[in-house]
Amino acid sequence: MSALLEVEGLRVRFNSRAEAVRGVSIAVNKGETHCLVGESGCGKSVSSLAIMGLLAKGGQRTADRLAFGGQDLRGLSERAMSRLRGDRMAMIFQEPMTSLNPAYTIGSQMAEVLTRHRGGSRRAALDRAASLLGRVGITAPGMRLAQYPHQLSGGLRQRVMIAMALMCDPELLIADEPTTALDVTVQAQILRLLMELQRELGLAILLITHDLGIVARMADRVSVMYAGEVVESATAGALFAAPSHPYTRGLLACVPIPGTIARGAALGSIPGTVPRIALGFQGCGFRDRCALADASCAGAVPVQRRAAGHEYACRLEPGWGERALGERALGEQA
Amino acid sequence: MLIFIARRLLLAVLVTLTVLTASFALTRLSGDLAISIAGPQATSEDIEIIRKAYGLNRPVVVQFGDWVVSAATGDLGRSYLYHEPVARLIAARMPTTLTLGLCGLVVALGIALPLGILAAMREGSLMDRGIMMVAVVGQAMPTFWLGLLLVIIFGLKLGWLPISGADEWDGFVLPAFVLGFSAVPALMRLTRSGMVDALASDYIRTARAKGLSRAAIVLKHAARNAAMPVVAVAAVQLGFMLSGSVVIEGVFALHGVGYLAWESISKNDFPVVQAVVLFLAVIYIALTVLADMLNAFLDPRLRTQ
Repeated sequence: MSALLEVEGLRVRFNSRAEAVRGVSIAVNKGETHCLVGESGCGKSVSSLAIMGLLAKGGQRTADRLAFGGQDLRGLSERAMSRLRGDRMAMIFQEPMTSLNPAYTIGSQMAEVLTRHRGGSRRAALDRAASLLGRVGITAPGMRLAQYPHQLSGGLRQRVMIAMALMCDPELLIADEPTTALDVTVQAQILRLLMELQRELGLAILLITHDLGIVARMADRVSVMYAGEVVESATAGALFAAPSHPYTRGLLACVPIPGTIARGAALGSIPGTVPRIALGFQGCGFRDRCALADASCAGAVPVQRRAAGHEYACRLEPGWGERALGERALGEQA
Repeated sequence: MLIFIARRLLLAVLVTLTVLTASFALTRLSGDLAISIAGPQATSEDIEIIRKAYGLNRPVVVQFGDWVVSAATGDLGRSYLYHEPVARLIAARMPTTLTLGLCGLVVALGIALPLGILAAMREGSLMDRGIMMVAVVGQAMPTFWLGLLLVIIFGLKLGWLPISGADEWDGFVLPAFVLGFSAVPALMRLTRSGMVDALASDYIRTARAKGLSRAAIVLKHAARNAAMPVVAVAAVQLGFMLSGSVVIEGVFALHGVGYLAWESISKNDFPVVQAVVLFLAVIYIALTVLADMLNAFLDPRLRTQ
C-alpha cells in the first residue's frame, strides 16, 4: 500500500539564492505519526509549508514526487490546492497567540472551514465547532464560540486551532511545533490530546519538532533533518536504539536523561552552527561539525541501509557506532 | 461596550468645553472687538455705544458664561455683518458643504481602497510602484491647481461640466473629485501598509491553511485588520473636507461653511467666527467618536479595554 503522503526530492529555494530544503524525502502512512526533527533553521518548517503549498513569497518548490492520497500535488493550481487544504489536509502552527484572527470570534473562524469545504448552514457548522471544542477538552464550548481569541489563553487557543483543523475530518494533520510556545504542563496535555485524536480518528500526523522527548513519546517514524536534508530516517524504536548518523548521535547526546547524568556535569553539545547552504553546495552538510569527517565527505554522500526502513546518509557504514562504543568501552577498561 | 461608549462621550464633552473656551479666547485676543466692529471712522463715543450694545463692557467671565449657556441652548448669537442669527447662516450653508464633503469622501475611499489593496497584494511589483507614484503626485499637487486644471479641461475645453456654482448635481462633480483626490494619497498609503502587514501575519497563513478563497482571505481576514488606521484617518479627512474646503469653495464659487468662515474672519464678524470654529470642532469631535466606535466594532480587543 502506498503512503498517504509521499514526498521525494523536495527542494525549496528562496529568491534563487539560498536553498532551504535540498531533496527531502518522507512518507507518512495512514494513522501514523511521522516526526520531522532537527534544530532551528534546518528546513523542517519550510518543508511542511512547501508540502501544504503555503510557502511565503519568493519561495520556489520543486519535487521529484509530491503526492497526497495518490494525487499529484505538483501541478495543482492554487485554487485546487485550496480545496484540499483545510479539508483533507490540515495544519496547525507554532504560534497559537497570533495564528487566530483577532477580529473574528472563535465560532466564526471555525465555522467558515466547514461551510467553505462542505457547504451547509452556518448553524450546522457552529454545532460541529461546539462539539469539536468539547472533544479537545474545552469546557463550555457554546460560550467559547462567541469569544474572541484575545479572551483565551495560549493553551486554549492551540486547542481551538486543533479543533479547527479537525472541522472537515482531515486525513493528514501537519503540526508545526504545536507545543513550543506553551507551558510544559499544557504541552503534555496537547500532546496527549493529539495522540488520542489520532487513535480515535485514524489521523496521519506529520509532527515537526526539535524536542527529542516529544519524538520519543509520539513518533512511529522519525526523519532527522540537517541543513535542508533528511540525514536519517527510521522507526522511532530503531532510531533511539541504534542512531546511525553522527548528527543523530550528537543530538541524542545533548539530551539529559535523569539518573544517568550527574548534577553539575556538562550536557553534550555539537560544536559549531548550522552552515548556510548556498546553491550548488556539494557533499555532507554536517562535515564541518563532524568529528569523524574526512576528505571524502566533500564528495557525494552514500545512503546506508542499516535495516529495512532505517537509512542514513553518511560515508560511515552500518555498525560504525557500535564499534566506536565498543572501542571506547575497551579504552575505559584498560 | 457601554462603558467604552460612555468614556468616549465624556471625553468628547470635555474636548467640546475646551474648544468653547479656546474659540472665545481667540476672538478676544485678536484686539478690541468694539473698535473693529465700529470701523476706522468711528468716534470714541460710537465705540462706547457699541461696547454697551454688544455687552462687551461686562466682565470677561460673565461674557464667557453667557456664551457657553447660549451655545449650549443652540443660540450662537447674531452676525454683525448679515444681522441674522449665526445658526441660520450656518444651517443655510451646511447642505453645500455636507454634499461636497461626503462626495469627496466617497471619491477618496473609492480610489484609495481598491488601489491600496491592489498595491499590497502585488507588493514590490510594477503595479505597486505605479500606484505609489500616483500617491506621490497626488500629495505634491496643490488642490487649487488641480481644480483649475480640471476646470480648464472639463469645463472650458470639453464643456462637459459647469465651471462654477452648484445649482445642479453636476456642479459638485469637479469640486468633489478635487477635494476627494487630495485625501487619496494618505488613505491609499495607509490602506497599502495596513494590508501588507495584515497579509504577512500568522492568521493569514492560518486562513490559507484552512483553504479559504483568495477573496475571503483578502477582503474578510486581512481587510478588517487593516481598516482601523484607515477609518481613523478617513474621519479626520472628512472633518477636514467639511471645514477646510475654503480653497475648493473659492475656486468653484460654492457658498459653503468654509467660505463663510473665511469671509467672517476677514471682516471681523466675531460671533460668526466663534460659532463656525465651535461648529466645525463639534463636527470633528463627533467624527472622531464615530471612528472610535467603528474601530471598536472592527476590533473586539478595543471594547474590553
